[in-house]
Amino acid sequence: MKSPRAWYALLILPFAGTLLPWIYNRAEPALFGLPFFYWYQLAWVIVTSALLGLVVYLTRERDDV
Amino acid sequence: MSSGSIVLVTLVAAVTIVGFLAARWGRANLTSIEEWALGGRRFGTVVSWFLLGGDLYTAYTFVAVPALIYGVGALAFFAVPYATIAYPIALIVLVRFWGIARKRGYVTTADFVRDRYGDRALEIAVAVTGVAAAMPYIALQLVGMKVVFAQFGGLFAAHDGLPALTVAFALLAAYTYTSGLRAPALIAFVKDALIYVTVIAAILVIPGKLGGWAHVFAASAAVLAARPKPASIFLAQPQYFTYATMAFGSALSLFIYPHSITSVLAARSKDVIRRNAALLPVYSLLLGLLALLGYCALAAGIKVGPQESSSVVPLLFARFFPDWFAGVAGAAVVIGALVPAAIMCIGAANLFASNVFREFSAERAPVETRVARLLTIAMCAGALLVIFFLPVPYAIDFQLLGGALMLQIFPAFVLGLWTRRFHPRALLAGWAAGLIASCAMAYSGGFGSNFTLHLFGNAVTGFIALYALFVNLIVATAATAIFQKLGLHAGLDRTSAGDYA
Repeated sequence: MKSPRAWYALLILPFAGTLLPWIYNRAEPALFGLPFFYWYQLAWVIVTSALLGLVVYLTRERDDV
Repeated sequence: MSSGSIVLVTLVAAVTIVGFLAARWGRANLTSIEEWALGGRRFGTVVSWFLLGGDLYTAYTFVAVPALIYGVGALAFFAVPYATIAYPIALIVLVRFWGIARKRGYVTTADFVRDRYGDRALEIAVAVTGVAAAMPYIALQLVGMKVVFAQFGGLFAAHDGLPALTVAFALLAAYTYTSGLRAPALIAFVKDALIYVTVIAAILVIPGKLGGWAHVFAASAAVLAARPKPASIFLAQPQYFTYATMAFGSALSLFIYPHSITSVLAARSKDVIRRNAALLPVYSLLLGLLALLGYCALAAGIKVGPQESSSVVPLLFARFFPDWFAGVAGAAVVIGALVPAAIMCIGAANLFASNVFREFSAERAPVETRVARLLTIAMCAGALLVIFFLPVPYAIDFQLLGGALMLQIFPAFVLGLWTRRFHPRALLAGWAAGLIASCAMAYSGGFGSNFTLHLFGNAVTGFIALYALFVNLIVATAATAIFQKLGLHAGLDRTSAGDYA
């Protein structure tokens, strides 16, 4: 099996998703009246939390103190 | 007294009692620095979640971010990507630091730097940077409290709120002296509960009363566009780089601050930190929703000058909530200021006591704890003086500059966790160059947080902290090469590969 450390590469995604305003600096599609710019970045908070949870789970060590 | 003031006083009095009682939590020997400053390194996932949340998301954040949205529009929303990407960084960096800190008994970042590089000057540089960056940050917590006191009026606002602030900080200093990190850890439960209740109530009630989010954004866009210096609810193309560098630079420095390190080292295990890296972003969601209240203030027609923009959130609450609930919201801000202020005082005092006053040694003498406790009081007093004598906008400028200075220990501390390639004196040179670059850029830009570089005919405006870090790294790399050529002794590394596992 590949080293579980490779899973840490998933953590590049939040950087790519949030640090390039070219992707998301727009009004449409809006959600609940929130322009895309705002709900897209708020969504990344949730996605990042989930990704972190996943990485923490996949890289857990049995002998962790 | 109004019902709001009664609620505020009652809640603040209650947490003060909790702060003193915290000394009895776990029947610890508080003359040991591990017990006083780090709660015995025994905090589990839940306590750490509240403590770190209470520590990182300060009252000032909750007041300033909506105020900045109110002032400049979309650019201020960088706080959300900042508070998002800080956690992947935390997972990588802090878990590694926690491991070696536990193995070798570090209380501060400078403890590690001294052990790793065997260089007293570098240790002091790292320690002093932390203390210098913490001081204006503590002062800003006072700014947050001052805004609330001004809004409640009466005794709170008398003499510009200074007597009320002094009382609050004297109590803070007293229970922090007595109980150490246990005090803010217990109070954080109250703080976070109040903040969650307040923000959720605000998000459920206020936009609805203003005709829904679509209307809030449309109205805000119109108000911002009509300003003498127009702003927008979207970024302008030249702001893209500014936005990204501010988010990235701030995220890099968040966990280097002494208060973050103090809370992290109090965790019981690596798993506590790993779980919290995934769980803490819940607070960032809260921060993002709170930021949007800045637009609610614009849509509600709240008008304040650029100097008073930090009062927009209290004004919004006063407009839309009954008086007693405004008291709850006010208490959330005041207690939300006390928790991080206490941890910042402890973190800065540790740096001074352990790394400047007394060299780090494996056997920490009780005198170190005594010094740290006394210094906590000095830090509180110092922050009060800053607010007494320095106008608020200057305090904010110093805090921004402090963030840029803080990032300059990144090569020595964070890169040092992985590599010993840099020569300690080269790191010192890089640190000094980064410091000078930060100050020069801040000064020439009228103490803004951004600096415009003119490169090949293009003007690129970016976050000072990141530019300065770039200068820092170049100098450190070049100086390392030179010192190696000269055959300068690179200092003793007391850590071993096994310490990092």
